[in-house]
Amino acid sequence: MKLFGYQLPAMSSLILWGLLWEIVGQLELTFFLPPLSAIFSTLMEISTTSVFLKALADTGYAFFIGTSSAIAIGIPVGILMGKSRFLDELLLPWVNMFLSAPLTALVPVLMVLFGFGMKAIIITTALFAIWIIVLNSRAGVMQINRSLVEMAHSFGASPKDAFFKIYFWAALPEILGGVRIGFIRAVKGVIIGQLLISIVGFGALFELYSSNFLMKHFWAVLIVLFAIAFTIAEFLAHLERKVEYYASRR
Amino acid sequence: MNDKTSDIENAVSVHNVYKNYGDVEALRDLSLDFPRGQLTSLLGPSGCGKTTLLKIIAGLLRANSGEITVNGQPVAGPGPDRAFVFQDFALLPWANVIRNVAFGLELRGVDRSEREAIAEKYIGDVGLKGFEKSYPHELSGGMRQRVGLARALSVDSQVLLMDEPFSAVDEQTRRKFQEDLLKLVKNESKTFIFVTHSIEEAVYVSDQVAILLPRPSRVSEIIRPEGFRHKDANSIRRDPEYLDIVDRIWASLRTYVE
Repeated sequence: MKLFGYQLPAMSSLILWGLLWEIVGQLELTFFLPPLSAIFSTLMEISTTSVFLKALADTGYAFFIGTSSAIAIGIPVGILMGKSRFLDELLLPWVNMFLSAPLTALVPVLMVLFGFGMKAIIITTALFAIWIIVLNSRAGVMQINRSLVEMAHSFGASPKDAFFKIYFWAALPEILGGVRIGFIRAVKGVIIGQLLISIVGFGALFELYSSNFLMKHFWAVLIVLFAIAFTIAEFLAHLERKVEYYASRR
Repeated sequence: MNDKTSDIENAVSVHNVYKNYGDVEALRDLSLDFPRGQLTSLLGPSGCGKTTLLKIIAGLLRANSGEITVNGQPVAGPGPDRAFVFQDFALLPWANVIRNVAFGLELRGVDRSEREAIAEKYIGDVGLKGFEKSYPHELSGGMRQRVGLARALSVDSQVLLMDEPFSAVDEQTRRKFQEDLLKLVKNESKTFIFVTHSIEEAVYVSDQVAILLPRPSRVSEIIRPEGFRHKDANSIRRDPEYLDIVDRIWASLRTYVE
């Protein structure tokens, strides 16, 4: 971003909005928006409490297991769909349906199937993330250069070699894009799971703070969540840029 | 007995091959022999099935009927006796030059130090020494095709299949490639099958030019430009026989060009 010819540092728009927030907060226009400085001092206070750390650990655990399984299942399924016309026609309607379905409405069903514990939360998280990962991996494989496939075939590549040495790498830019969006969706998934299934983790904190109108605490937890999601998304975007050089040349 | 002799003389034989794409007849009853140690060009207008024939020999496509043999063995799929050079190079964009050149060997399970030593030799042979760690997007089109050629050479197949290998490089590079190819045919005891749509290129590099005509696809004529083969690369383009053959081929092809 540039202002009056000066190159502003990255994320300086955040500073601007932070300042605006602080001013509006100090004016005490609404209890909903306490000053940003007060939110940060609350954050400092609660961030060392065992309640907060327990919530962070619970949420992190569900998020990690949920997204890992979404990646471990989603990428191979997507690649196989891109390779095989039969699998593609078999699975694509379901993938598209779940991608646009209001998954939140499915959560009660998941509770019946998997109980009220961590398992159902993890599955909710994975369900939020997996479909876009499948679709993007599939798209990555679909646009692969046919002669790369022929090349591998002509030099005697086994199906396993072709999968790991050609298809995966050729689709990597799209796969990483899918994983990035999947992670962002998984953040929503884990909180919705925690709010609806069993009141644990950050979901429990949101519930507790908002029902008691503790807006400073509420915003503090939300900022932590935003910071985590932002860091993960930026890290994946960084990886994406590393493979971008060949995205147009496959 | 006669058959056996021809198997030894010819590295690749194609007999009565038919190939259809749905209703479209790509090849009809095509037969052609490729003498060992020589370069045979498949020349013809677009749509005459020359790339189809090359891919059938490579084992990448299946003929509907007919017999294809390489060293007397029937072709059932791709094999280590043949290596392919692609029109669009088909390099792995995420791998550097040395891994690309060694990729054929990697797929054959040769271990790393051995295959990289072989790759390094051929990178030197095609004139890319010093570019081992470069990536394809950092190279020019001509250099990329040298990588593709080094990859095909490094698996040491007896038959090299080249699908319009110089059509995506600029004209000067192309001439240099053609001269290098002559040296390659002389020095390596390999059989080359070379698809091109350039008459001059075919006559310049070939021991045998097979002219393919479309609708239906068939071999219309086989020309063996022998008179100037022993001459050096520079004087071939001025040789009267060379010019005559180019004219003759053009005369027979021009009716097929709209």
